[in-house]
Amino acid sequence: MFDLKGHLKLLVETHAPSGHEGTIREIIREAWRDLVDETEQDKLGSLIGIKRATIGQSDGKPARRIMLAAHMDEIGMMVRDVVDGFIFVHRISGVDNRVMLAQPVMVHGRKPLPGVVASVPPHLLTADARKKYPSFDELIIDVGLPADKVNELVQIGDLITLDVPMVDLNGGRVAAKAMDDRACVATVTACLEALKGMSHRWDVYATATVQEETGLLGARVAAYQIEPDIAIALDVGFAKQPGVSEDDALEIGSGPGLGLGPNFHDKLRDKIKDTAKYHEIKIQDDIIPGASGTDAWAIQISRDGVPTALVEIPIRNMHSPVETLDLRDIERGGRLLAHFIASLDDEFLSVIEWTDLKENTEKAEA
Amino acid sequence: MLLKELSEAVGVSGDESAVRKLVIEAIKDHVDELRIDALGSITAVKKGTGENLPRVMLDAHMDEIGFMITGVDGNGLLRFTNIGGIDDRILPGLRVKVGKDLLQGVIIWTPIHQNRDQNVVKLKNLRIDIGASNKDGAGKVKPGDRVVFDSNYMEIGEKMLRGKAFDDRAGCSLLIDILQAGPYPVDVLVAFTVQEEIGLRGAQVAAKFLNPDVAIALEGTTAHDLPDPTADPDEDLDINPTCRIGSGPALTVMDRSMITHPKLLAFLRKTADENGIPYQIKTQLGGGTDAGQIHIANGGVPSAVVSVPCRYIHSPMAMLNRDDYAHTLDLLKAALNNLTFDVIKA
Repeated sequence: MFDLKGHLKLLVETHAPSGHEGTIREIIREAWRDLVDETEQDKLGSLIGIKRATIGQSDGKPARRIMLAAHMDEIGMMVRDVVDGFIFVHRISGVDNRVMLAQPVMVHGRKPLPGVVASVPPHLLTADARKKYPSFDELIIDVGLPADKVNELVQIGDLITLDVPMVDLNGGRVAAKAMDDRACVATVTACLEALKGMSHRWDVYATATVQEETGLLGARVAAYQIEPDIAIALDVGFAKQPGVSEDDALEIGSGPGLGLGPNFHDKLRDKIKDTAKYHEIKIQDDIIPGASGTDAWAIQISRDGVPTALVEIPIRNMHSPVETLDLRDIERGGRLLAHFIASLDDEFLSVIEWTDLKENTEKAEA
Repeated sequence: MLLKELSEAVGVSGDESAVRKLVIEAIKDHVDELRIDALGSITAVKKGTGENLPRVMLDAHMDEIGFMITGVDGNGLLRFTNIGGIDDRILPGLRVKVGKDLLQGVIIWTPIHQNRDQNVVKLKNLRIDIGASNKDGAGKVKPGDRVVFDSNYMEIGEKMLRGKAFDDRAGCSLLIDILQAGPYPVDVLVAFTVQEEIGLRGAQVAAKFLNPDVAIALEGTTAHDLPDPTADPDEDLDINPTCRIGSGPALTVMDRSMITHPKLLAFLRKTADENGIPYQIKTQLGGGTDAGQIHIANGGVPSAVVSVPCRYIHSPMAMLNRDDYAHTLDLLKAALNNLTFDVIKA
């Protein structure tokens, strides 16, 4: 029996900021080992697990390819300077300075060093200091070592990640760092697990991409190498909470989101929706009028264009140490993807084709 | 040293029973006249071996800062307020435990993609998420329930310890160590007090009851010995560190709540010097301790404060140094072995 929660916990508690995904890649490779036929690693470090079609194509052509993409990097910070044994930081990607004070962190020096983001005791705080969150320039990390030891173990450019365990809330919800986007890596794993008991005509390229948080870079390169016929990117989506507009948010625990907007191929989207309806899997529309800020944005324009969709796991508190989600949404997402893949046949590409030109020609001939 | 257990025990002001249980278990075979007073503080006497010596009160507070639930929103999120002094800026994304059952909760935070405002969000506008979707989902959680930082004790770096509530479980741990050793020439009057963080409440009652000749409050106090990342490297830094990690026990000259008895302070310094124990003078005048109430109890009590320097107190991630702890213990024991009425004679 697949232990989804245990798998997710392992993924989110692993430290792997953008550009340094080695540790998480090997953990995912191990998790996917028995679920795929082979694994590849592209030049930027993305992991591609290939699960070959279990039924041959009736037209004798090579199997079509569907790419699933979830990014495995996480946001983080970088050592800017070391002064008197204390560490000053830069941010990497979209990390939020306002959630950092008093958080436990891991400094990835010559060995991993647990530390703390220093906070000023309220006794010593001025009224002015209480009004603004400290900027990254003002944050200090303390690893509890004498200055000479820190100089020996930590170099400028070393990486820093949050060091917090995944915790259980009520009602099947869990909170952790790096749910963005390891929750979606877990969704891909859940899909591969479900596919064990299904037959499918398409080759599946399960991809854990690198460097999404620094500009969707891994997906761009991975999609070029894979040359998928269609692609589904997976990412986390904003769940409803105070401060997030109702219209822009998904309901936590009410099923995965399905991106709706120009970044996504409408007909592909409709087919995924049909699958969800047929198998009675709850999903929610997520209106995204422009750039989705996900791997889907990069994959859509790979080579000569790829019909692309986006499946989202709703989370609260995105880019904080307590990214919160409902495990059922991951399970549903995995099941949805597996059923969709199993439904793909030889005709599928023609089903989602733009037919306007054909219709126009037929009309002219008639 | 019982600091791990004490640090991880939950005892927000007014609800100190988990800490009290630990303390009683640890000291019951080493003291006489053990009692719990009307407010919940523990008092006891450890009889001395000498004669005509002052009766010395040692005080440490059991309570810690935290929060209290004030209501449940329709969407299942919990409203809360603070108990004791908290910097609102540490709250976003914090992990907490709620109520008697210590339900796991997190303080929610609007994603940076949706809001980049750098003005501090006040505590009253933040919410705790325990995984409830509506009012009923919050179950047994009700207004008045205590909320505490979710933080495990750990050893970190070199000789450093990390955890919550070192203010003042470091003091509690020291006092337990003192009581488990001894006896001393003087009678030690013991007070593990409640409700320090909301206005030195427990100590007022305990001091009146114990009626000591001399008192020393044991604390985990603010060390802020950090560089300023925004400072011009060519300028001399002008940061008052209050006290420094690794420089031994911090002796208070004066704080917001009292002026240390000068002769008692001189005695502590002399005792440290004679025993080769490093110490430092706390140079920041803010904050207050139980001694602020003890020194004006009954007819007045010459009092001092001896502290283990702690970084980041009033956060889930305080840090202290093992050597500082040991030196503080050494100084206190030496003081108990040498204290006479001459020390405080006018």
